[in-house]
Amino acid sequence: MNLFSLTIHEASDKLRKREVSSQELTEAVFQRVAETDGLIRSYITLCREAAIAQAKEADERLKREAPSSPLLGIPVALKDNLLTQGLRTTCASRILDNFISPYDSTVVAKVRSAGAVITGKTNLDEFAMGSSAENSAFFPTRNPWHLERVPGGSSGGSAASVAADQCIAALGTDTGGSIRQPAAFCGIVGLKPTYGRVSRYGVIAFASSMDQVGPMTKDVRDCALLLEAISGHDPADSTSVNCPVPSYSKSLTGDIAGLRLGVPKEYFTSGLQWTVDEAVTDAIRQLEKCGAIIEEVSLPHAEYAMAVYYIIATAEASSNLARYDGMRYGHRAAGRDLAETYMLTRAEGFGPEVKRRIMLGTYALSAGYYDEYYLKAQKVRTLVCRDFDTAFKHCDAIVTPTSPSTAFKMGEKIQNPLQMYLSDICTISINLAGVPAISVPCGLDREGLPIGMQVIGKHFDEPTILRVAYAYEQQTEWHRKKPALSHA
Amino acid sequence: MKLTSEVVARVAQLARLRLLPEELNQLTIELQSILQYMDKLREIDTSEIEPFTQAVYSSNAFRDDLVTNDPNTDAILANAPATAKTFFKVPKIIE
Repeated sequence: MNLFSLTIHEASDKLRKREVSSQELTEAVFQRVAETDGLIRSYITLCREAAIAQAKEADERLKREAPSSPLLGIPVALKDNLLTQGLRTTCASRILDNFISPYDSTVVAKVRSAGAVITGKTNLDEFAMGSSAENSAFFPTRNPWHLERVPGGSSGGSAASVAADQCIAALGTDTGGSIRQPAAFCGIVGLKPTYGRVSRYGVIAFASSMDQVGPMTKDVRDCALLLEAISGHDPADSTSVNCPVPSYSKSLTGDIAGLRLGVPKEYFTSGLQWTVDEAVTDAIRQLEKCGAIIEEVSLPHAEYAMAVYYIIATAEASSNLARYDGMRYGHRAAGRDLAETYMLTRAEGFGPEVKRRIMLGTYALSAGYYDEYYLKAQKVRTLVCRDFDTAFKHCDAIVTPTSPSTAFKMGEKIQNPLQMYLSDICTISINLAGVPAISVPCGLDREGLPIGMQVIGKHFDEPTILRVAYAYEQQTEWHRKKPALSHA
Repeated sequence: MKLTSEVVARVAQLARLRLLPEELNQLTIELQSILQYMDKLREIDTSEIEPFTQAVYSSNAFRDDLVTNDPNTDAILANAPATAKTFFKVPKIIE
């Protein structure tokens, strides 16, 4: 067994028993990165030297005391939209190319204080806007399962790094599916927490009413452990919710007998790749065998979620990205006066997809169009939320595919924004309603590409979706499958 | 509704984005097709529906007005495109 292939709980166990040191584990991970990242390109920034120092420190702590966190000494990768003090944080944008964060985001401070070793910053679609990691201003990331395929997005670098064993676990962010869709495409586990569960302080804002940070891991147990480490109230984020963090790993009982699982017919339509349909349907049958009660539910406004999302998310983005004006940090162009400096700074600093979304959002918020687009979208968002409230009166969790297809080819959708947006169709309603959802591997298609099943829960009911995902994982081997990386 | 390049140019001005003529044309076509898709929302009668405000109910979060972060002037100024002493240096804003 290679050290880099370990999960958090396996590695933590070996560290505790002193079978292996954090330094050995960290060096093995960096060796793996050296061997594979030339082709996959998960990382924008690697911090080998600092990581080895952190690993040595973790080894000292392990000698002195019984570890208080399972993350102590574990190499973790961070999406490059999470602020990391003293480290470059780019958001995969030219406008932040040389930005060195003066402080840590709360999630990063939490994993640091738990003793995790930070391997580096992973690639993403610029400002987390995209579904393929191709919108990075620097380079695209490739899917470890098939190098001509996208890893998904926007947390494509985090997903690829976990799948290729270039870290033990990673953090991503999810505004419309950016953790779950790449997790599905790369055959790993990814969880988008309830809105307000995890602090957004120091997370570069895209759409503030939907952004959440979450774990991307090799199995469900790791997902529970990492979620527990990053959750909790933070006075620095006024939307973070002050309610106790349960022990998520305690919900991994393997027992789902009598649990009512809803299957929304709207998610199993003709737009679904048949191999995805088949794999998710099989997985639902498996859950039924474990004693779950399967019921058909309806989310009638699902078909409107995409339109609602791309109005609200772009409106919020246009407002959030107004701060990039070239005055206090980031790129500044040489204009003749202030107005031209703004216009050129933003024209040079932002890539095409970011400009497209700023334009769409500015349009939706501008005088004369506000009622027609933004207000209308917020009203339909109310209906999308009500759909979930109604469905959850009849079931404890909802099961769907994570994505309508497996990983698509690089370049396949990049010229057609609407087609790219439609690849988020199974995940965006969840962000609109603020509920939690997890993606777990549930099969491979005929080309050997991973398929993901999504389990959606009630607000703050992460324990139930983790329980369902874990019970499924116990019955299958999908999470143990690894990309061959033969051509890497 | 037909989106004109004049409207797109005005939005670009509002968003402080300088667009090249070919970018303006391309965006006009792309935004037109995206907005056409958004028109789907008109199928729903929302006259009796309240607009969404928050996913999870929370009241306003108050805190004392105290400085809690460490002064970190050097690290903050290190990211600035131009500085003078402990200030950001910016283009002239008043003619």
